[in-house]
Amino acid sequence: MAIDIQTWVNVSAFSGAGIAMGLGAIGAAVAEGNTAASANYAVSRNPSASGEIFKSMLVGQAIAESAAIFALVVAMVLMFSPFPSDSLLWVFVMLAAGISMGFGAIGAAIGSGFPAAAACEGMARQPEMSGPLATNMLIGSAVCQTPAIFALVTSFILMFKDYTGLPLAPTWAAILGAGISTGLSTIGSGVGGGLIARESCLGMARQPLTATTLTNTMLLGQAVTQTPAIYGLLISFMLIFSSSPETAALTPAMALLGAGICMGLGASGPALGIGITGQSAVKAISRNLTAASDITRVMLIGMAVSESTGIYAMVISLCLIFVV
Amino acid sequence: MAIEGADIVKAAACLGASISMGLGALGPGIGEGMVAAKACEAIGKNPSEAGLLTRTMLVGQAVTESTGIYSLVVALLLLFVV
Repeated sequence: MAIDIQTWVNVSAFSGAGIAMGLGAIGAAVAEGNTAASANYAVSRNPSASGEIFKSMLVGQAIAESAAIFALVVAMVLMFSPFPSDSLLWVFVMLAAGISMGFGAIGAAIGSGFPAAAACEGMARQPEMSGPLATNMLIGSAVCQTPAIFALVTSFILMFKDYTGLPLAPTWAAILGAGISTGLSTIGSGVGGGLIARESCLGMARQPLTATTLTNTMLLGQAVTQTPAIYGLLISFMLIFSSSPETAALTPAMALLGAGICMGLGASGPALGIGITGQSAVKAISRNLTAASDITRVMLIGMAVSESTGIYAMVISLCLIFVV
Repeated sequence: MAIEGADIVKAAACLGASISMGLGALGPGIGEGMVAAKACEAIGKNPSEAGLLTRTMLVGQAVTESTGIYSLVVALLLLFVV
């Protein structure tokens, strides 16, 4: 029995949709549960602020949900779009799009849940800070969503790029590598950014006078947290838009696939580490505002050193793409 | 199509290099972040010792970095020497 290309493309599109939505649902569910748990705790602590707490719980959960909605959109597109079946490359495109969005939604959603939970607890502690806390939570959660948006962008570019004339080998490996690179590299950035935003909301509730400094430090820390995800996106784009000559050899394919795996895995650790640093820096500033400049300086030095292994991973990825 | 032995070996070296550097970057990244986190907290509690704390942080991070550098060396060896 001969199975034609169309059948294989359908098989991988449906598998990709499953991967995208299955993995994409993990983070949002964890984050929303976490937020609701904190909201319950906050209402029990200060029932008179329950209106504000309830509102911020719902808003926070909605932001965390958006990563899962991105995954749903990608899954729907994979299931219902008529994709061409002129090449077996489409099999790998579908899988890569699913992997990118599925993994990409985990970190962003978990991260967005942290500031929402902290804002609920903060409102119970300092009801008069509800407005600034809600604003800070929204900014912090929105930055946490950027890795999910990177993943969405990568998925859409993968699905709607024109692959005519590209050789099956080694392009299949570049496509799969691109999906893995963006997907895995966003996990750390999302969670790390969330850790910083959580501490900034908690600190703001503890010491309302430090609010402006805390928001600024949070944004600075979150910006550095995003850099590993940007490396992952960069390697993805290089893999998607590079064109390699046709070859039957295994080495070029494994080099391109390896570039994606290396950057994807290598970006998560530094991003998480940077997030942990930023979290403690924000906590320290909320307790001792006078030392803010010293703490910010040390935070940036420490983050730069944490970043180094991510840069090593990027160097190895670039060697794999361009040298080997 | 016959796949030659040398090709398989080189392909495995590429994949090995990527796994080595990818996984090897995870630990040091998180560990160095923890070092810097405690340094920030300590400076918040005792700002007058900021210089000493920064120095200690950098020494600690340099030691933590070593396994990341081992991974880098192994990856480069796999890519260009073996």
